[in-house]
Amino acid sequence: MSPLHDALHPAGIQAAHIASLWWFTVVLCAVVFVAILAALFYALRHAPRADAGSLPDMASMDRPEARTERVVVTGVVLSAIGLLALLGASVATDRALATMPLENAVHIEVVGNQWWWAMNYDDPDPSRIFSTANEMHIPVGRPVIVSLKANDVIHSFWVPNLHGKKDLIPGRVNTIQLRADKAGVYRGQCAEFCGLQHAFMAFTVVAEDDAKFQQWADAQRKPAPEPTDAKAKLGHDLFMSGTCMMCHQIQGTTANARKAPDLTHIASRPTLAAGTLPNDPQVLAAWIRDPQKLKPGAQMPAHHVPDDEIDALVAYLETLK
Amino acid sequence: MSRAIIALGAVALLLAACDREERKLSHESTPASLTPQTRQVGELQPGAQGAGLTEIKTTRSFDPSNAWEMSQGERLFGWYNCAGCHGRNGGGGMGPALMDDRWLYGDKPDQVFQTIMEGRPNGMPSFKGRIPEDQVWQLVAYVRSMSGLAATNAAPSRTDSTGGLAPSQNQLPSAQPYTKPEPKP
Repeated sequence: MSPLHDALHPAGIQAAHIASLWWFTVVLCAVVFVAILAALFYALRHAPRADAGSLPDMASMDRPEARTERVVVTGVVLSAIGLLALLGASVATDRALATMPLENAVHIEVVGNQWWWAMNYDDPDPSRIFSTANEMHIPVGRPVIVSLKANDVIHSFWVPNLHGKKDLIPGRVNTIQLRADKAGVYRGQCAEFCGLQHAFMAFTVVAEDDAKFQQWADAQRKPAPEPTDAKAKLGHDLFMSGTCMMCHQIQGTTANARKAPDLTHIASRPTLAAGTLPNDPQVLAAWIRDPQKLKPGAQMPAHHVPDDEIDALVAYLETLK
Repeated sequence: MSRAIIALGAVALLLAACDREERKLSHESTPASLTPQTRQVGELQPGAQGAGLTEIKTTRSFDPSNAWEMSQGERLFGWYNCAGCHGRNGGGGMGPALMDDRWLYGDKPDQVFQTIMEGRPNGMPSFKGRIPEDQVWQLVAYVRSMSGLAATNAAPSRTDSTGGLAPSQNQLPSAQPYTKPEPKP
């Protein structure tokens, strides 16, 4: 099932407000457009016809047209009413967006990076904070407060089914409040050009009922399991002694760098490389070997190492459910 | 005819200048294996100005006029926490400053490369097997640029960092030769 990316099928209260404003604007503008076309065709049909021999119509030079003033005044008044209606609807929508009730909210910090998303789930108890990447689970019906930060350049957080866009600006914290009212899988996308792979900087939002969300969060909080079979063990050792752990983090191991996506539960995620590729072992192997072939410009360097080492690494990463 | 030759020559010149921005995204010289390699620190002691360094083997030629490599090096300088010891912008701290012109183990690109790969006595760890060679070369480009050794047509005219000039920028004069201060009588 490919995730939805559609602002006209709102799955949350905020997107619903925006969608109704959109429909109101479209309908009003369509009415105005049709009215103007009708007036134009009326004028074309009823204007006096002239042929090559007739003299130019100079009548308006002598006496001002009686109806012109009335038509212009009516047009100006109608336009003003229409524009004021749009303004009123826009203000009302903004107000509705800003007044979503926030009791019992889930707090998530989203950090934009070239070209992936870090999702840090906040909790009053520090031991319950956890991180994941390019995937966001949220409970249906509960408000979510997302703080937006960026590490390098300006990105923009956009889940069309849930809310409008909000920029992630380096050195600043923006917030966006949203709520999913319908369970489902939605697609989020960077909406501010941020470099070479901007188009492939996506993430998945899974809206599910609260019990399932808690179950997912509890699983994410667990540290990575110790590898059991020999191949995965070798992969673990290679990961910890080589270049991987210079940038990646796996909770419960010595890999603690925060420069690249958290891999503690990578095997449970639906996609690789920020929504670019399906998460399966073969793709993962190809990714480790040369990310530049799959996503040119990605900050991960290529690893032209023997096949058995790649296999071992993939075997280890596949245990990180 | 001669006009065509001049135009062709101009285009060739323009194309030649594009090297500055060329992004070599994929290299073949990335780690040959991930298995731990023996880390060894040589017998070197500081102050020899690169004397006694052995030849190093690398499959990659160093391009001092590539601006992209240098800016990647700047990013990695933070990522791999070089700044933790050498200071942000190479001002020094626990480790020696990198923005002056004193080079304990030589300022040639391959000497700096070797220093990062092998580590040096009194604290500099070896990054062999930890950082892919391509990235080490990018670091070399950035580290050398901090003491004004980068080609002026490649050094950035501005940097990503906030707060004034960075030593890698080309507005700064190159470092003055170090003179030993006179001992006070």
